Amino acid sequence: MSLTLAIDTSTDVRVGLAADGAVLASAAVTDPRAHAEQLMPLIGATLQGAARGLADVTQLVVGVGPGPFTGLRVGVVTAHTLAFALGVAVRGVCSLDVAAVAHARPAGHAGHARPAFSDGAGEFLVVSDARRHEVYWARYAADGSRLAGPFVGPATELPDLPVTGPGATLAGGTSTPLDGGLLALAGSDLPDAGLSPLYLRRPDAAVPTTRKSTLLQPRLGPGLKR
Amino acid sequence: MSGPLVLGIESSCDETGVGIVRGHELLANEVASSVEQHVRYGGVVPEIASRAHLEAMRPALERALAAADVDLTELDGIAVTAGPGLMGALVVGLASAKALAASLNKPLYGLNHLVGHVAVDLLDHGPLPQPCAALLVSGGHTSLLLVGDITGDITELGSTIDDAAGEAYDKVARLLGLAYPGGPVIDRAAASGNPKAIAFPRGLTAQKDLVKHRFDYSFSGLKTAVSRWVETRRRDGEDVPVNDVAASFQEAVCDVLSAKAVDACEHLGVSDILIGGGVAANSRLRALLEQRTSARGITLRRPRPGLCTDNGAMMAVLGAEVMGRELRPSSLDIGADSGLPVSKVLV
Ligand SMILES: [Zn+2]
Repeated sequence: MSLTLAIDTSTDVRVGLAADGAVLASAAVTDPRAHAEQLMPLIGATLQGAARGLADVTQLVVGVGPGPFTGLRVGVVTAHTLAFALGVAVRGVCSLDVAAVAHARPAGHAGHARPAFSDGAGEFLVVSDARRHEVYWARYAADGSRLAGPFVGPATELPDLPVTGPGATLAGGTSTPLDGGLLALAGSDLPDAGLSPLYLRRPDAAVPTTRKSTLLQPRLGPGLKR
Repeated sequence: MSGPLVLGIESSCDETGVGIVRGHELLANEVASSVEQHVRYGGVVPEIASRAHLEAMRPALERALAAADVDLTELDGIAVTAGPGLMGALVVGLASAKALAASLNKPLYGLNHLVGHVAVDLLDHGPLPQPCAALLVSGGHTSLLLVGDITGDITELGSTIDDAAGEAYDKVARLLGLAYPGGPVIDRAAASGNPKAIAFPRGLTAQKDLVKHRFDYSFSGLKTAVSRWVETRRRDGEDVPVNDVAASFQEAVCDVLSAKAVDACEHLGVSDILIGGGVAANSRLRALLEQRTSARGITLRRPRPGLCTDNGAMMAVLGAEVMGRELRPSSLDIGADSGLPVSKVLV
């Protein structure tokens, strides 16, 4: 029996379970600032709801972003540690790819991706909130395969294409949350994104420049020693 | 003598620590530091530290278990720093500890970092006399504590009202063109300088300050005084005697640190004091404390230098104490608290 546990904290807290080609559970805590508090309890409750335990998990999939850093790291380090403690494999995927799958294979058409047109018809963007008036985004073909990205930038500078994903309202579309169950189901088919977060931004840090003087007096001329 | 087998995780600042203890016996103490990545910024950059914690966590866990020759399934409990510290850094260790506890089905203990600095001395010198005073000095904290029972009876007598002592060392080192972190380089420069060359101010030691801040510290005035002194010399085209400035600055810091600590012991009738934190490795602080405590019949305790700085073993041994007293484990939904008060040992 295989059991895939999926974790994504690139937006809020998302968890999913899939086994034998079917979604068993999809769960979320929608508070975007409680990742460290809520992830492990949600994983426990989701497994319990499916009458499973952590010991039954045979594979892990984790969304490695992009997303706000602190919350994102909670999911990634949790996946790393669970994989280590349970002795199972973990696969990192781009979180935006999951929203692309949801768009390309709408409910009721499970497994049947929309055909990719060679002329680029049907292309779309997946967008999520990067805060600071910017979005994370990537460009996808109609079948949900990623063509470019992920990137971070102003929502006003996106290519003129339909938008979907958790931050779509920031770009004039309708937002669709990431689906943990779909991540568990489709995770092993999505491109491997490695096991480090897709930060896309450098840390905020300034190399100290010339220090401000603590001497408030105007500079005295040479020879005028006090 | 044995005791519970506890794995401790620490990630409150720039060291990723994983330690394993059995009761008061140290089995492993693996520390990965991101200090090199902060050098060019002259101080810890929280986001850089947090990224480093994530990369270092699993390798540190693997190394610690190998060093202790312990299998994960043998562990009795998981201890972790829940605060105080840098928020983004804390949650990496906390999330990892929760995942370990949940997958092993073992109790989780979210603990206070400052109390861990006190508890770590159990590994070197056994049970603490009750009560006992503790002076914790590092780049992140400067606190004077009264420690009764280490798992629940801790009072903060005083702390810094502005910069931590280690921060003042970093800033003065930068002013003098010395490397980061400032503690060891200033200590070295001071060794060949005259501590009496310049009379720098001793923060919160004036009569009027002692009323409200008898056991509190302040280093921002000292830092400004050093800066003004150095800039005046430079402006006047005179050489800056780096060693003398370093020695005089260090004397001002260590004089106040040790004087207030000893005053607290005498005031409260406490006959034992423990020092911890990175600055506990400072040679002048140690010398002054030794001199002033022995003159008053106070016993000075100091863990070995490798246990003074942030590490996972300190959280593990505090966890073992908490387990020994059968206190209730933490819930899996606890959060990190960057300002966790020292009176809260277990979250
Ligand atoms: Zn510390």
